[in-house]
Amino acid sequence: MLVQYLPFLVLFIVAVAFAGGAMVLSRLLGPKRPSATKLEPYESGMVPIGGTRGRFPIRFYLVALLFILFDIEIIFLYPWAVIFLEAGAARVFLFFEILVFLGVITVGYVYIWRKGALDWE
Amino acid sequence: MRIPVDPSDWLILIPEFILLGTAIAILMIDAFAKAASDRSSPWISLAGTAGAIVAAVFLWGNPLSGFGGMIVNDDFGVLVSTAILTGTALAVLISVDYVRREELPAGEYYALILLSTIGMLLMVSSANLIMIFLSLEVLSIALYVLTGFARMRPRSQEAGMKYFLLGSFSAAILVYGVALIYGATGTVDLQSIADELISPGVLGNPVLLAGAGLVLVGLGFKVAAVPFQMWTPDVYEGAPSTVAAFMSIGSKAAAFAALVRVLIFAMGGLRPEWLAAVWVIAALTMTVGNLVAIAQDNIKRMLAYSSIAHAGYILVAVAAANRLGLQSIPFYLIAYAFMNLGAWAVVTAVTRKGEEAVGLSDYSGLFWSHPVLAGSMGLFMFALAGIPPTAGFTAKIYVFMAAVAADMIGLLIIAIVTTIISAYFYLRVTVIMFMERPAEPPVVTVPTPLAVAIAVAAAGTIWLFLFPGVTQSFTDTVARLL
Repeated sequence: MLVQYLPFLVLFIVAVAFAGGAMVLSRLLGPKRPSATKLEPYESGMVPIGGTRGRFPIRFYLVALLFILFDIEIIFLYPWAVIFLEAGAARVFLFFEILVFLGVITVGYVYIWRKGALDWE
Repeated sequence: MRIPVDPSDWLILIPEFILLGTAIAILMIDAFAKAASDRSSPWISLAGTAGAIVAAVFLWGNPLSGFGGMIVNDDFGVLVSTAILTGTALAVLISVDYVRREELPAGEYYALILLSTIGMLLMVSSANLIMIFLSLEVLSIALYVLTGFARMRPRSQEAGMKYFLLGSFSAAILVYGVALIYGATGTVDLQSIADELISPGVLGNPVLLAGAGLVLVGLGFKVAAVPFQMWTPDVYEGAPSTVAAFMSIGSKAAAFAALVRVLIFAMGGLRPEWLAAVWVIAALTMTVGNLVAIAQDNIKRMLAYSSIAHAGYILVAVAAANRLGLQSIPFYLIAYAFMNLGAWAVVTAVTRKGEEAVGLSDYSGLFWSHPVLAGSMGLFMFALAGIPPTAGFTAKIYVFMAAVAADMIGLLIIAIVTTIISAYFYLRVTVIMFMERPAEPPVVTVPTPLAVAIAVAAAGTIWLFLFPGVTQSFTDTVARLL
């Protein structure tokens, strides 16, 4: 039974050997002429200013949180839409069922709006 | 796979929908008329809870199953739901003046209480491991927020954070267990698992045992069983008293219902395997809970350890897994809802703004300034200790009888010895209240809703002792499920 996983093992070994080999070879064979610009994390990007662990306003967290909430809730519409097509006579019921669902989401949306969670200042 | 769509499924969830509608109404009133919401939301949520109780009783005696077998509404579920809703109603009553005094945002507070209750009710009627996990999250996430609800008090924040971290960790363990059970049996439906367990190949599968063990750990965390009880004292101490009261009933009852469904209904065939684990957990829970409670000088921490210890007694009934055990669990939960909420109601009355005055010394001589309040507290302490004129005695007797019927004499002896030990710290509160006579006995104000809650809890505690037959006929039908 374990034999059927053998290709995965082979693939794993080949992948590790290829990636590791490429890194070792380039380290051994490649010329090294370091300069200040070359040692930056992004050689051709923005010049970094300060560390990455700086503090930033908690408002970003709030926006991210609300975004994920509504994002995930809307994803539920996809499985509903798939079933709706095949539902036949139950479509009317399904329609009102999703209206209730969307109604609950809208209540949450109205609530955060009224509570000022969407105000930046 | 064709997903069944049946409008009548919604009938099963009427109590949940009533609560959901109430919570939404409270949130909307809060969003558009803040002042009106602060006044009205406790009464709206009380009406919603009452409606849910009526709907739950309406579903009694008419076992239904719906949503492709994800949700069942059997008599066991209805009985535990009633215990939870009773706890919610009493918790709302004791919150009325507390929320005002601590200046908590009323609308959100009551909406979260109701949303958490929905999760508890769903958990009680879950007939599917996925559904159990989902409702566990619904009830927990609202409780995490409620625990840290007194944002200005660092202890509350700390408690909320601890509960959140440990709670999400234990939920992850539960999901892992669900995955392993699915791997071993090929199903997450509790009834199908029970059917699968007949074949000997599945029974001896170590993956199944590991899965059952992990589910036991996840649910053991929620019921606060030793060794998964670490969070309980800190969370109960830091959380607002009313929230601690609410979750000591609701989340415990819901998790026990899920535990009964998983261990007894689905994995009854596996009892020889899980019995040892539940036996040890029950023995540890009773011993540690009662022994550590003795050392507590803070009444909230003492009640937290008391709640751990009571989880141990209910676990004895789970371990028994017989008719009597199945009867005693709902009875114990209902009796516990009354007596424990009563005790927490008195604690809420005695604490002052900012959760001050929670030491046992703050109860010194309470009888001389507030005889009725101290008398009720004495009654609840007697009930929690299991001393006769109370429901706590009857509940413990049922559990002991279940242990005898299951031939678990060792566990029975541990249960009796720890009950005797527990009398010490429960009666110590009574001694402090009645026998000490300080120059200035504590003066507290007892608002009317709180007084009503204490009266109802006291009446329930005595009523269940005088007429255990009232619930006996109900629990009989439950036992037939086995």
